Amino acid sequence: MTVNDERWRSLFSDYSNSSFVDLLRRESPHLVPGVTPAPTPNVVEPVHGTTVLSVRYRDGVIMAGDRQATAGYQVASRRIEKIFKSDELSGVGIAGAAGPAMEMAKLFQTELEHYEKVEGENLSLDGKANRLSQMIRMNLPAAMQGLVVVPIFAGFDEKAGAGRLFKYDITGGRYEETNFDAQGSGSKDARDSLKKLWKRDMGRDEALRVALEALIDAADEDVGTGGPDLVRGIFPSVKTITRSGFGDVPEEEVRRVCEEILSERTRTGNGA
Amino acid sequence: MPLPYYVSPEQMMKDKAEYARKGIARGRSIVTLEYGEGILLVAENPSTLLHKISEIYDRIAFAGVGKYNEFENLRIAGIRHADVKGYSYSRGDVTAKALANAYSQALGNIFTQDIKPFEVEVLVAEVGDANGLKSEIYHILYDGTIEDERNYAAMGGQADEIRRFLKDHYRENMTLNDAVQLGVRALTVTQNKTLTERDLEVAVLDRTKARRKFRRIPLEALSQLLGTAR
Repeated sequence: MTVNDERWRSLFSDYSNSSFVDLLRRESPHLVPGVTPAPTPNVVEPVHGTTVLSVRYRDGVIMAGDRQATAGYQVASRRIEKIFKSDELSGVGIAGAAGPAMEMAKLFQTELEHYEKVEGENLSLDGKANRLSQMIRMNLPAAMQGLVVVPIFAGFDEKAGAGRLFKYDITGGRYEETNFDAQGSGSKDARDSLKKLWKRDMGRDEALRVALEALIDAADEDVGTGGPDLVRGIFPSVKTITRSGFGDVPEEEVRRVCEEILSERTRTGNGA
Repeated sequence: MPLPYYVSPEQMMKDKAEYARKGIARGRSIVTLEYGEGILLVAENPSTLLHKISEIYDRIAFAGVGKYNEFENLRIAGIRHADVKGYSYSRGDVTAKALANAYSQALGNIFTQDIKPFEVEVLVAEVGDANGLKSEIYHILYDGTIEDERNYAAMGGQADEIRRFLKDHYRENMTLNDAVQLGVRALTVTQNKTLTERDLEVAVLDRTKARRKFRRIPLEALSQLLGTAR
């Protein structure tokens, strides 16, 4: 048997053996999102309008997102989840068309878990970020029709011993940010706010407060972003990613910090 | 044209079965036990990198004995089956039963159609959840024979002796500590040497864990469970 033999080739050159996305494309192409764009552009207004953000702090990163989905000028849903755990040490925050974005988050989750199970170890954080780039690029035909998906990706890098975060554009371009970033229709306002409030070596509580201040600012200025809803008791979802894993910040705590921020704004007029 | 030699199908199957059994008997054994909080898998495996036990899906684990490259192929095929199924339906729809059937079909086909049968036995275990759902353990042989086992299972070279030992010593609702000690004793019952934590690969399907129930027990924790910690 020579090295040019068919069996050798499939064994050594098929390096994507641990990729779930490639498996899906090979065996069930109808399940791969984004491969068949709609024939006519812009028929319906896609659901989007969002602010998701990620902030680096001493122990890792915090990710936070509002809970509202909009369709045109209508609220489509008040309680959707925009921050997803992608594995023990990373998460994605989705912005853009809700359907394709959620499907992408689910596919990305499965992709990372599949790799981990087949190979017996985790992808590096750079590997994960790069894989997400490729998935966004797969969505480019749909993005050209208006179904844009632009996530943010953040995680704890075990090698570097620190939190890291990445932003993307619609072509799958990947840019690492050092301290914070936001994405979605309210992202500019959130970024402005983070720019003023972010400090080096913040602890968890301070970082949580900064993240929520920024989300409240975004909700204030952007009609597509939902603020804390005191009537229905709906608050932003906030997650932390540290050396010890991906964790939820309890809703009670988010509620308390949101109420503190709002009452302080009422009292001082600052930020109003 | 000379006639090919005639071999009766009966003889051919017998030869293949004997060949496969010999291959498997050379390998080291694996035991599986149900305990209070889930399912325990213990393998005699001095390698820390080449696993015999691994995770397939949220509640499902896999173990294989025999030829490494053959059960490794089956393991990856199983992960693919589970991940595609879970992605297209829902995570709860992935079951050990469907997977065990797929393994049984695959091994059965290979046994009858290929010249060389696979020299492996594999085990698929699914932990039931807390509200009374039973755990399932399937044992699939080299020729596709499938058995569902209750409480405990053993495969590999000394499987019969280990099963006999477990029949006398197994108790329901053991603690993890007792289960690990029983599992290791079962593995050593046929041999004169003792096994330390360095010769073992141990993992559990722990129903108290959140989504993914599979957990490997690292060396330090294992030596504590075995009572050999210094």
